Amino acid sequence: MLLANVIGHVVATAKHPTFDGFKMMIVQPVNPEGLPTGRQMLAVDSVGAGVGERVLVVVEGRSAGDAVGNRRAPLDAAIIGIVDRIDPV
Amino acid sequence: MNLARVMGRVVSTHKDAGLSGRKLLLLQPVSAELADNGAPFVALDAIGAGAAEVVIFVRGREAAHAFLPDEVPADAGVVGIVDHATLSD
Repeated sequence: MLLANVIGHVVATAKHPTFDGFKMMIVQPVNPEGLPTGRQMLAVDSVGAGVGERVLVVVEGRSAGDAVGNRRAPLDAAIIGIVDRIDPV
Repeated sequence: MNLARVMGRVVSTHKDAGLSGRKLLLLQPVSAELADNGAPFVALDAIGAGAAEVVIFVRGREAAHAFLPDEVPADAGVVGIVDHATLSD
């Protein structure tokens, strides 16, 4: 899983029915310090995340499918958690 | 998933039977600001996208799930047509 910031969203009226009812968010992967690492991507939101929040993103199809309740969904990334904090150990 | 602009249509007469009747689109990946972002590639259209449209594409085996119950040999698929993408700030 990746840490990422939600930086925007995409609206698409014509889309595969798998995506109905889910928001498509633009996320920027970040390191633990919150600095951008790597490319932005789109992730289906299954937890109600909003712009500006730090989230956990699965970047693998089967896991992302599980997040929307369909292992055979045509998607490759999903937001599966909102990060409250990272505690040092 | 990520964003891309439809650059063209790839015509292939002699191809895998699983691709028969399917549309192959040449995509230019773009950022949320719609700037070119990476090298063009080919994806199978699952949604009816056309020239110059900005689309959502999926990479990997999951892309083929968009065509179920048909099994298609595709590793990239177009699963949505973007109305608009909104970035914070």
